[in-house]
Amino acid sequence: MCVTCGCSDDAETKITNPETGEVVAMNSNGHHTHTHTLADGTVITHSHNHEHHADSNAHIHAKMHGNTITLEEKILAKNDLIAAQNRGWFKGRDILALNLVSSPGSGKTTLLTRTINDLKDKCPIYVIEGDQETSNDAQKIQETGCKVVQINTGTGCHLEAAMVERGLQQLNPPLNSIVMIENVGNLVCPALFDLGEKAKVAILSVTEGEDKPIKYPHMFRASEVMIITKIDLLPYVQFDVNRCIEYAKQVNPKMQIFQVSATTGVGLESWYEWIAANVPSLAVQI
Amino acid sequence: MHELGITQNIVAIVAENAKGTKVQRVTLEIGKLTAIMPDAIRFCFDVCCQGTIVEGAELEIIEIPGLAICRRCGGKVPLEQPFGICGCGNTDLEIIAGEELKIKEMEIEELCV
Repeated sequence: MCVTCGCSDDAETKITNPETGEVVAMNSNGHHTHTHTLADGTVITHSHNHEHHADSNAHIHAKMHGNTITLEEKILAKNDLIAAQNRGWFKGRDILALNLVSSPGSGKTTLLTRTINDLKDKCPIYVIEGDQETSNDAQKIQETGCKVVQINTGTGCHLEAAMVERGLQQLNPPLNSIVMIENVGNLVCPALFDLGEKAKVAILSVTEGEDKPIKYPHMFRASEVMIITKIDLLPYVQFDVNRCIEYAKQVNPKMQIFQVSATTGVGLESWYEWIAANVPSLAVQI
Repeated sequence: MHELGITQNIVAIVAENAKGTKVQRVTLEIGKLTAIMPDAIRFCFDVCCQGTIVEGAELEIIEIPGLAICRRCGGKVPLEQPFGICGCGNTDLEIIAGEELKIKEMEIEELCV
């Protein structure tokens, strides 16, 4: 018996018209029909045509009647959920969390150590360092006297919210502090993974191509801020700052852009003002 | 490279929802504006499925084209990348399609009496 409609699929029912001699097999003729009366009075007559009725094999029947389950589930739902928890955790402690993203070698760590040295007396800064291997960057941060945890992702190419959650347990940043999350040097994958940060900060150095914002649009679109670093090198490189800004605005019209040199200190003021605007306890001091 | 981790997520979510029943087909919706390559997902899928109840399942990927609405004139702008320019000259666009990254549905084996 068919579990869908209860018909006898082996019965081979036929309808014969004695006047014309026409024989109609019900199986091949669209199955049996039945009538429904809908709530509004409409009468609908239809059939449930089962292609499988020619088969008596229950296993084949099962295969053809796979049960489709609608999931509509976001693939990154788990990461997004943990990120939301992290975001709540930061908010409850009035912590500004920033996710620093860039290509390898853009000067993230140099900018970070400079920022820490300039701001650490005014506001406690805590750091989560993400790298595939080594704790070299964590050591550089540690030299500034600031508390840091290193996350080595091994073969992974980005930090995930769960890694940051575990890092925060180790780091235990206090109320009204800043947590800088230095992501793995990569302009592709970290764009997809929310960590619970207030904003992604994309760092681009003038020794790279000025067209990076349109080459890696996902990252520059996901970032609220772009910092162009190493601007003290501009006389020696072919980097068109205006064109770079144009590209960035094309991808992300609302992007905040700063031009700095962590070596000479040029332009850092406006970057610090942006940080201060997002840390209430710091705003009065800068 | 991130497709491997994402595919592991897909297989885990599907296996969890299948509750021990063999999975025959998995349908994904991947927007063309996400940084995800469907071919890389296909490549990883068979590897990630091995030894799970998802092993042997058919993978179907529906690619969703990118579409944005212009925040200035309200016109629709089809997109190939996650940015673009409207006919009215505005680049401030709101993407309304093409960023999907989800498991739409799955088909599990149903036993017949």
